[in-house]
Amino acid sequence: MAHPNLRDVNAAPAADPILTLSGVHTHIGQYHILQGVDLVVPRGGLAVLLGRNGAGKTTTLRTIMGLWKASRGSIMFDGRDISKMTTPDIARAGIAYVPESMAVFSELTVRENLYLAARTGPLDAARVDWICGFFPALKRFWNYPAGNLSGGQKQMVAIARAIVEPRQLLLVDEPTKGLAPAIVQSLMAAFRELKDTRTTILLVEQNFNFVRSLGDSVSVMDDGRVVHAGLMHDLAGDEALQQRLLGLSLDSHQ
Amino acid sequence: MQAETPLPAARRDIAPLLLVPLLMLAVLPFVSFPTWITLTVAGLAMGMMIFIMASGLTLVFGLMNVLNFGHGAFVSVGAFSATLVLLPMRNWLEADSLAANLGALGLAVLLAMAVTALLGWAFERVLIMPVYGQHLKQILITMGGMIVSEQLINVIWGAEQLPLPLPAALHGALFLGEAAIEKYRLVAVVVGLVVFAAMFLTLNRTRIGLLIRAGVENGDMVEALGYRIRRLFVAVFAAGSALAGLGGVMWGLYKETLSASMGADITVMIFIVIIIGGLGSVGGCFIGALLMALAGNYAGFLAPKVALVSNIILMIAILLWRPAGLYSKSRS
Repeated sequence: MAHPNLRDVNAAPAADPILTLSGVHTHIGQYHILQGVDLVVPRGGLAVLLGRNGAGKTTTLRTIMGLWKASRGSIMFDGRDISKMTTPDIARAGIAYVPESMAVFSELTVRENLYLAARTGPLDAARVDWICGFFPALKRFWNYPAGNLSGGQKQMVAIARAIVEPRQLLLVDEPTKGLAPAIVQSLMAAFRELKDTRTTILLVEQNFNFVRSLGDSVSVMDDGRVVHAGLMHDLAGDEALQQRLLGLSLDSHQ
Repeated sequence: MQAETPLPAARRDIAPLLLVPLLMLAVLPFVSFPTWITLTVAGLAMGMMIFIMASGLTLVFGLMNVLNFGHGAFVSVGAFSATLVLLPMRNWLEADSLAANLGALGLAVLLAMAVTALLGWAFERVLIMPVYGQHLKQILITMGGMIVSEQLINVIWGAEQLPLPLPAALHGALFLGEAAIEKYRLVAVVVGLVVFAAMFLTLNRTRIGLLIRAGVENGDMVEALGYRIRRLFVAVFAAGSALAGLGGVMWGLYKETLSASMGADITVMIFIVIIIGGLGSVGGCFIGALLMALAGNYAGFLAPKVALVSNIILMIAILLWRPAGLYSKSRS
């Protein structure tokens, strides 16, 4: 299912995608949300999933994570079909998830949130220092209940939780939503640093300006399907294509 | 970088904690001091026993959103299981030796907790697993489970009430000035405090405890971190059942007679306590149990007619103040 436009992404051959969704359908109750999603995430880069509200981006991430079950289609992660696996097994296979709601455990301290995310044992102090390097607020509020933090700080906890141990693939759902520009800048720096570690990231966003310089590949969803897949470089340089694919519902022209 | 907004100081919500001493002090002017001591210790002892019986239920609801109306079955089964040890070892209980007394009691408690943990595990597998996410069915099937358990007790132990003798060393009362304090009630208070402390430490200091608290708040996210919340839940269910079994033994020793319906009789009280405390909150359950038992005891002495409805009055008052209970959990 490799898309021809993805061949050069980050020098990773599309023949070796880390994640491939083929004809994925998801039903939630009586609603048919995903209607045959084909999506390829190349290994080692930052893939962006764009689309208007209700296009099915969040459902795609939740389906990959097994939080909603695909009713049809296959989800190949690192060579095996994870579409029938349970969420904990998918997480253990090497996928970390930062939901749109952030879902930090508000009664638990920042340290405890990260401690639970580190499944294999105690926190790795060097890695925590590395994370606190781009999210200094975490160190400052280390022993505070995460529920007391601001929205931006909670987002940092949520992302830190996903990277506190190395994972192969990060799914991040609209990290900049509702955040102040200064915090968006620090998130951008964090994602750049993560890219340097060759962690693969699948980032759902509505804020095109945030992802246009970060993304390597891009897919655009509409009505439960992927309607465009290609290089971010191509989309960023083609305003007519942006207009056609993204319309005015995105923040790109604000 | 990010805005350097100062964080509001970590707030501890202590208002509910103050209710217990406030209630105690409020009654003091109306009774003599020795009476107050006796009533207060009796209320605390009863509150601790109710807490032990109810604590598992509040976690089960908080963690998996399961309404278990059959929780009382573990109370009855726990108490009756204890008789398997205590009645044959009656001479140990009546011996003039604290070690023999406590040995028999300890063995009975261990057996009761093992039986109820096992029953809880089976209850979860057979009755609750098929009805996840369906509250009405959960209520019906768990009530059915309780009826079946009650009838099984009748089959095994007979339909008559059974005596459950207190160990000799726990008979009688200590005197503090003119105030009489029954020894057994002191033991109940101590056991209740130990259970509460153990639960508190487990929930706050261990990985499994942190996972339970995280799971109560957002089970999906705990799964997305790679933990199997189902296994966690089964463990919590079995542990909560074992605690209810322990509570059943203590309640049975307090009443000194057992009936198959003792669990069902106390179910309403247990539910009131976990609603007052805030569903899913162990701390709230602890305070709720103490408040309810103290209020019931004080009312029983001061205004016996009011005592009949003191539980309901307390629940209404607390829910008017905090509609989701003393310590409500945000659920997602």
